[in-house]
Amino acid sequence: MPELELGPVWLSLQLATATVLVLLAVATPLAWWLAFTRSRARTVVEAVVAMPLVLPPTVLGFYLLVLLGPAGLIGAPWLSITDTTLTFSFTGLVLASVIYSFPFTIQPLQAAFEGVGRAPLEAAATLGAGPFDRFWHIASPLALRGYVSAVVLTFAHTLGEFGVVLMVGGNIPGSTKVISIAIYEHVETLEYTQAHILSAGLLVFSFAVLLSVYILNRRMPLVRV
Amino acid sequence: MSTLSLDVALDRPDFALRVVVDLTLAGITAVFGPSGSGKTTLLRIISGLEQKAGGTITFDGETWQSGDTQVPTHRRHVGYVFQDGRLFPHMTVAQNLEFALRRSARGARPSIDLEETIEALDLRSLLGRRTPSLSGGEQQRVAIARALLRSPRLLLMDEPLSSLDIKRKREILPHIEALPEIFGVPVLYVTHNLDEVARLASNVVLLADGRVAAYGNVGEIFERSDLGTLMGGLEAGVVLRARVAAHDNGVATLIVGSQQLRVPMATAEIGATRPIRIHARDVAIATVRPEKLSIRNVLKGRIRLIEIVSNMNVEIFLEVDGEHLRARITRDALEELELAVGGEVFALIKSVALESSLSS
Repeated sequence: MPELELGPVWLSLQLATATVLVLLAVATPLAWWLAFTRSRARTVVEAVVAMPLVLPPTVLGFYLLVLLGPAGLIGAPWLSITDTTLTFSFTGLVLASVIYSFPFTIQPLQAAFEGVGRAPLEAAATLGAGPFDRFWHIASPLALRGYVSAVVLTFAHTLGEFGVVLMVGGNIPGSTKVISIAIYEHVETLEYTQAHILSAGLLVFSFAVLLSVYILNRRMPLVRV
Repeated sequence: MSTLSLDVALDRPDFALRVVVDLTLAGITAVFGPSGSGKTTLLRIISGLEQKAGGTITFDGETWQSGDTQVPTHRRHVGYVFQDGRLFPHMTVAQNLEFALRRSARGARPSIDLEETIEALDLRSLLGRRTPSLSGGEQQRVAIARALLRSPRLLLMDEPLSSLDIKRKREILPHIEALPEIFGVPVLYVTHNLDEVARLASNVVLLADGRVAAYGNVGEIFERSDLGTLMGGLEAGVVLRARVAAHDNGVATLIVGSQQLRVPMATAEIGATRPIRIHARDVAIATVRPEKLSIRNVLKGRIRLIEIVSNMNVEIFLEVDGEHLRARITRDALEELELAVGGEVFALIKSVALESSLSS
């Protein structure tokens, strides 16, 4: 059995978890707005948010590299405040993943909120529930399936990303060397056994996650209003 | 007794609403009008669900809306029963009720009791059920209870019976009828069904094309001749409030002034006052008291108005011991009988006509 470093695995899990958490916080209000607004800006925002779906990861990665670099629009102020660079760091990787996986969080959430609709929220308002009360006790539980889909898709998508990571994060063990990079490196150096183990692991893990989501969705008879 | 002052306007591309009226709310006030007349929209404006509405709303001296400043719905202390119930599908019946109870308006009015509400609407056996599994009638009963448990100062009901069949309607009507008395809350009740107006309401707001066409006591509005098709056209008629003098074998004897009517009624409490609706098309006129006739109900009255409604028909407005009746007859009959205002006539009423489709 050849020696296998688990570092990239842990790093990938950390990155995926961080990305999911950040995205839930950021995407929920935006998804809410997209679902209920009557503003004309909505279609433009929807198109912008869906961009990462169609852009090659290298294009996205390239622009992020420019933006986050020490002289970039975001990277420069970051450098002067924190005295660290965003590129080739874990923080930068999280930021890039958040942008890269944005549609995978926001689209299921938006669809779920649209499915909930105004009707139960109006009913809750007439019963004395304020805006946050309505969100926590009515909209969120009714949109639970959307949340589950969003979390799983975002998590899995982040685990599998390669191009953006390579462009923004490079290949620094313990900091930016995630599973997909490790696999690529093993293949380059002809260590097929290690590449097999990591690839098969990712394959089995992805399948298990998706399977459990579909089972969970079946068992949650909730929310077909 | 509460007062609701409305001076509100809402403009949509295809519809404009402009309602200016001061309502004195006691018991049930019906909001009646043809579909598209703005009934539901008015209710939504009163509850604060139409953010685009402008104008002023004052309830018992409390300002709910003034110009663009709106008190949000959840601070208005209104209860709202939607046409489609809108129970929360992820909660049981009990949880739906608790949701309202925990957020009930506290303060001036003693809050409404959970047990009493469960009893009044007969919900005990439903408490553990999930709401999507309830029948339409059950859902509406839960929705009414939920709206009440919010302890509203005003209960708004938007055609709560429209999605139900006649059997379920009859089941729920007594519950709705009793609400103002049991819970001491005034009700604004939207409907496009004249039978419901006659059965439930003491006052009625008549809406047409987004405006108030008439407002007043139900009896008076039903008797008005100038409202034409708005008050039903073919369905036109009056509502009499008659006292039950006797009841046996499913037939009640009702007192109208010094005269009597015999009406089929499944249940009737002696001494109670029951609203009965009599369609103009079901009333015939005779100038002498007819004998040997199958029609059992004949009331003596005086003609107070004759109105031509079409090439064929006229409508006769009668006064019967202080109560009013309407009869629709042909113009030929009018001429042949030489009817004239002030003349004394006999109104022949088919018994079955008295049985409104909603009587129990």
